[in-house]
Amino acid sequence: MKLVLGLEIHIQVNAKHKMFCGCLADIWQAEPNSHTCPTCLGLPGALPVPNFEAVQKAHKLGMVLNCVINTNSHFDRKHYFYPDLPKGYQISQYKEPLCGRGCLELNSGYCVDIERVHLEEDTAKSFHADGKTLIDFNKSGIALIEIVTAPCFGQVTDAVEFCKKVQDIARVCDVSDADMEKGNMRLEANISLRTAEMEQAGILPTYKVEVKNINSFRFMEKAVLFELNRQTELFDSGQTPKQENRGWDEKKQGTVSQRTKEEAHDYRYFPDPDIPPLHFSSEYIAKLKQSLPELPHQLKTRLVKDYGLKPASAEFFVSGLGIELVPKFERVAMLTNDPVGTANVLINKAGLRTSSSEDLAKEVVQKRSSHTLTVSELTEVVSKVIVANPEVVANYKGGKESALQFLVGQCMRETQGKADPRTIIDLLKQTV
Amino acid sequence: MTKLNELTVKESIEGLKAQAFTSVELVQACLAEIARLDGYIKAYIKVLAEEALAAAQAADEQIRADPEIFNQKPLLGIPYACKDNYSTKGIETTAAANILRGYIPPYESTVTEKLKHGVSTDASDFFVTRNPWDLSKVPGGSSGGSAAAVASHMCTFAMGSDTGGSIRCPASWCGITGLKPMYGRVSRYGLISMASSTDCPGPLTKTAWDAHYVLQVIAGKDSKDATSSNGDVKALTNSVAGLRIGVPKSYFAVDFETPAIKQTILDALKTFEKAGATLVNVDLLPPKYAVAVYTVIQRSEVSSNLARFDGIRFGQSRNAFGYEARRRMMLGAYTLSAGYYDEYYTKAQKVRTLIVEGFKKAFSAADIIVGPTMPNLPVPIGMLDSSPIFGELTDMMQLPGSMAGLPVVSIPCGFVSGFPIGMQLIGPHFGEAGILSAAKVFQDTTNFHLQMPSGIKELT
Repeated sequence: MKLVLGLEIHIQVNAKHKMFCGCLADIWQAEPNSHTCPTCLGLPGALPVPNFEAVQKAHKLGMVLNCVINTNSHFDRKHYFYPDLPKGYQISQYKEPLCGRGCLELNSGYCVDIERVHLEEDTAKSFHADGKTLIDFNKSGIALIEIVTAPCFGQVTDAVEFCKKVQDIARVCDVSDADMEKGNMRLEANISLRTAEMEQAGILPTYKVEVKNINSFRFMEKAVLFELNRQTELFDSGQTPKQENRGWDEKKQGTVSQRTKEEAHDYRYFPDPDIPPLHFSSEYIAKLKQSLPELPHQLKTRLVKDYGLKPASAEFFVSGLGIELVPKFERVAMLTNDPVGTANVLINKAGLRTSSSEDLAKEVVQKRSSHTLTVSELTEVVSKVIVANPEVVANYKGGKESALQFLVGQCMRETQGKADPRTIIDLLKQTV
Repeated sequence: MTKLNELTVKESIEGLKAQAFTSVELVQACLAEIARLDGYIKAYIKVLAEEALAAAQAADEQIRADPEIFNQKPLLGIPYACKDNYSTKGIETTAAANILRGYIPPYESTVTEKLKHGVSTDASDFFVTRNPWDLSKVPGGSSGGSAAAVASHMCTFAMGSDTGGSIRCPASWCGITGLKPMYGRVSRYGLISMASSTDCPGPLTKTAWDAHYVLQVIAGKDSKDATSSNGDVKALTNSVAGLRIGVPKSYFAVDFETPAIKQTILDALKTFEKAGATLVNVDLLPPKYAVAVYTVIQRSEVSSNLARFDGIRFGQSRNAFGYEARRRMMLGAYTLSAGYYDEYYTKAQKVRTLIVEGFKKAFSAADIIVGPTMPNLPVPIGMLDSSPIFGELTDMMQLPGSMAGLPVVSIPCGFVSGFPIGMQLIGPHFGEAGILSAAKVFQDTTNFHLQMPSGIKELT
């Protein structure tokens, strides 16, 4: 059986205000119910007014995910009853999301099929203690972007890579802090299995198991692998898994059933009459596109091409914490004229990352001199590289200058940047 | 001499400006009339006597200090009644529904905030309000408390809200002026939602001039209501010379329970002609289509808007919903459900577009459109319970205006069997000044709006 996996990613927008009211959206460690008003409490008569900053941020994310930006969009009401949903409906988007179909390329070259990116409001938070339920409405009404992918993942590693890429993009574009521990980013996985024949014919399974509220990449990986085993065992014993919602239980190291879905829930969607439809001009869309920052994959190409970093080193600077270090890397690389050395210091010496650019530059230069290899050591490295790359050497001999650059790069890699490039060039020319 | 509570807003302001009487005296006169009549009429849920007197005292001091203060505070010191579906900070607001009993809003609606300089009493229809023209009849709904309070002079003017005729119907049956402004003209923020796409806050007054005056105070874009709109309320004019009045045949072809009503409206049209207006025929969809459209859309929105009263936060359990509310929620949940949505909700929205387009076309030939407000006389108390869509049928001629979001005013234009008859004047978007000018010209030449209701004449 083959895995069929689709994702829903929720990302809290780091806009100043909530999605539909004037309350401040930065609620981290705030006193419960201190960031509330009639609108996000769902009081009778209070009305929603859409937050344009959040709309713009959702559009930015959609643009980076190569989505169609819909010129007409509107908000819908999605009805269900739950204590953390004060109006009895959530303002979301159903028929005309802000962004339609898109795609994102993974490192392997595989393109993730994105169905939509839309905007909605977050719910409140319930606490259960001593047989009582308490509700904190601070979270109620915070702008939430939902990214929905097609059931296009056949491997959980691809899904994890996609989520990490989305997290990086959200941070680079200043759309969200995307901090999973703070609940800024939450994952849902729709997991089912199909036969190889179904896969070939492009037929989707008739059921799906939704694993909700996954709050780390590791838990997602574990949950999907657990489901893969659980569902395989069911099929092996002649059963088809039930359509249901499950949750990841870290203590049990497994998913547990939460709600069986015999039929799809009827949310009775209809356009929210409190919010006029939205129209976006092509000028607005073009202007916003121009304002997009350099994206992780663009940065990676630039780091490899302009600075001669190894792809693996460049990867460090385009994902996770590394993104924040890019400006410092560029400054120090310029000061020292040694990008590879600078990258090595920043990657390997976590303690120095907070130092000033000047101090870092000193460190890079010092490191290079203290570790500079002797000429005899270098000659050994150069000979090794020449033996290992006969074709490139032949090209160089044939007059291809760039072949030399490649050989220098190989030597620098072998010496882990502990050599003076000019000495290497001299040695290479002599030897060849 | 006319009693102070019987004055219009215009007369009251003139008197206050000239210091012929005080706001405290105005309020006392209204309170005395409430004490005398409200036991019979039952218009008020709550009378904020102390608060009103304190506000009046403060107003009098400001007026003494600066008689021109009305330029900044146009309704300073004027006693008004307010339908109980406007959120009023610190004052129980129930929308006359058991489900909200005990609910005290922690915030103020935009409209009542703008009227803060006025003096509010609190009106509604928790119990059966009586029609001041005949205490055995209903005043019409759902702003019936507000209309009855104005008609019986228990306040100078009142605020109501109109979803599918709820200002115009009671204005018609109680013989007063009721304005449903254009949708979006007046902020809905703080008004407890019925059908969000047609709810319109609006005034119930003794004259068209008063309605225009109050509208100027309450109109305007509100940053808290995304559906509110900008645009000035234009000034009134004093003539209908050259005005093209559209007469929709389909509105006169409906089944009038009392045929004399139709004749009364036709007579009123002659009054306009005499004043220099021209009558033109306009084609509008028969109002019965608006009944179907309205029923689907209103129920859909009601079912959604009432979902927040889930029994968790507002003190009352869901059992407190009345049968009519339950019927509406169930029908609305049905018309929005998967598989039926397109057949009902989507189709209704398409017909709604046809209604809007129909009016657009009609307004290229006419400046305003005139028709009857109600096809029948006020009904006996208790009759409304017998048929679930009785309201829609009697409000039939008001529903097209609601669906198209147009400004409409109902004014008294004659009497049949001792009951006042209402005529509605429909304007294009932003056309309140046009319909109110025509209404004012009509009131300048007639006295139907000045009659004292027969049901309260003999009461002591």
